[in-house]
Amino acid sequence: MRHKICLLLLVCAAIAHAQDPNLARNLAATCANCHGTNGKSIGDNKSLAGEPKEKILRKLQEFRSGEKPSSIMQQIANGYTDAQLELIASYFAERK
Amino acid sequence: MLNRRDFLKTAGLAAAGAMAVSGCATTGRNGARGHIVVVGGGFGGATAAKYLRMWSNAGVDVTLVERNAEFVSCPMSNLVIGGYRQMSDITVSYANLRDRHGVRLLRDEVTAIDAAAQKIRLAKNGELKYDRLILSPGIDFMIGAVGGLEGNLETIPHAWKAGPQTALLRQQLEAMPDGGIFAMHIPKAPFRCPPGPYERACMVASYLKMHKPRSKVLVLDANGEIQSKKALFTKAFETHYKGILEYLPNNELRSVDAKTRTAMLDFENVKANVLNVIPPQRAGQVTSMLDVPLINDRWVDVDWLTMEAKGVERVHVLGDALFPAPTMPKSGHMANQQAKVAAAAILNLLAGEPPNGEPVVMNTCYSYVDPKAVVHVASVHQYDATKNTFLPVKGAGGLSPAANELEAKYAASWAKNIWADMLA
Ligand code: HEC
Repeated sequence: MRHKICLLLLVCAAIAHAQDPNLARNLAATCANCHGTNGKSIGDNKSLAGEPKEKILRKLQEFRSGEKPSSIMQQIANGYTDAQLELIASYFAERK
Repeated sequence: MLNRRDFLKTAGLAAAGAMAVSGCATTGRNGARGHIVVVGGGFGGATAAKYLRMWSNAGVDVTLVERNAEFVSCPMSNLVIGGYRQMSDITVSYANLRDRHGVRLLRDEVTAIDAAAQKIRLAKNGELKYDRLILSPGIDFMIGAVGGLEGNLETIPHAWKAGPQTALLRQQLEAMPDGGIFAMHIPKAPFRCPPGPYERACMVASYLKMHKPRSKVLVLDANGEIQSKKALFTKAFETHYKGILEYLPNNELRSVDAKTRTAMLDFENVKANVLNVIPPQRAGQVTSMLDVPLINDRWVDVDWLTMEAKGVERVHVLGDALFPAPTMPKSGHMANQQAKVAAAAILNLLAGEPPNGEPVVMNTCYSYVDPKAVVHVASVHQYDATKNTFLPVKGAGGLSPAANELEAKYAASWAKNIWADMLA
């Protein structure tokens, strides 16, 4: 019985988390309004395209903790999960 | 003609590898095909048109129906009214959508929608069949709600759709004598761009302070208080514009007299030299061609995973026309984000796959309190599968602590990047 429930839960969890193959792309597109389509900025906001994943993630963590002061990025970075930021950072790192 | 599968075969592994790196080959198992008609080329519609083409690797056909020749931005238009930007600074061509992205542009208007037959009728170009229809019509004004306003929008401009009305309000302000009264009326919420009216009051007051210091700005608000960034705007009103700007809450406009530019409120009449009435609003009229009731007779209800209108299949609605999810503002930024949710969902659906089950949208509205100082409000909204709606993330988002010059730089950059994100 316990096994069955576990299995069910697992299956449900797997269905609930059937991740869209374009999830990273979609999440990264929420940053484009300020950082440009695919992370290529044409204004004073920095481009994110082609930046190393670790660097992007480190900055986002520093914004979150407040270690790096920001006008807005702390408020934005706090709205995404670690897993989402990871996907976003990978996506931008892969742009040229 | 080569279809995409043949193309991949011919081009071989090298090309396929290159595409995977650029993310193009990840469009699901089978690429989406079909024709999407987008009605309305604002922040929502233009973004949807571009992203549908970009994300499908030009696999879907997209037609954009727009009645204006060029895009004119509401965000930044208050700067034009204050005299700090030109109309040309807030005007962007649609040509890149056609030339770079292969979007078919039709300068036209919808006269009928037949959702069952999946087609629309246009005033000039006849019928168009679609696999998916996106309506991004913005707002229309309920002019009749203000007595005497009908037919008098040249005398009493709203300037709440950017374009000739923006230029007109600027001209009236420039022509106003020193010592004159600029009165503006803000309708009961909800309306397009919650901080926008208060930003406008600041821009007008800033211009008058510099050029016509004996003049006054009267802000007649139907609401009981400032609807967005209240503390920040209150501070600006009381410090920058003390003695010039007067904020008067709980003042609902009943009617106007265009001849004398008089605003008739509940308890008093205000005679102005320039009268700027922002009328009450509803979803753009084209949404009334769908056979569904609007919420409060004004706003469209959608399924947030796909942005599909409830009760009509294959018709998606974006932007200010929507009955929003909790705390979701009617803003250009939000319409752009919703457009990407819709584009991703439509491409999945056309490829026979379910929509992304965990979309995220975020909003930022920058407002100028003077030509050099800006404040923002931001929020992030994650889809909640148990409630079937977007909910704001607690602990995220927020306001600027105070007006500052750094964010004036970022606001200008935001405008450049978002205009490019939709139109370049
Ligand atoms: C409303 C505009 C806006 C949006 C949307 C936005 N950013 Fe930012 N971003 C900024 C600004 C402004 C800065 C500079 C730091 C600050 O003042 O907040 C910045 C800085 C950054 C930096 C540091 C760049 C560097 O090299 O120093 C990273 C990384 C970053 N943003 C990532 C993101 C990601 C990822 C998203 C989407 C989840 C995002 N941003 C969305 C405005 C924005």
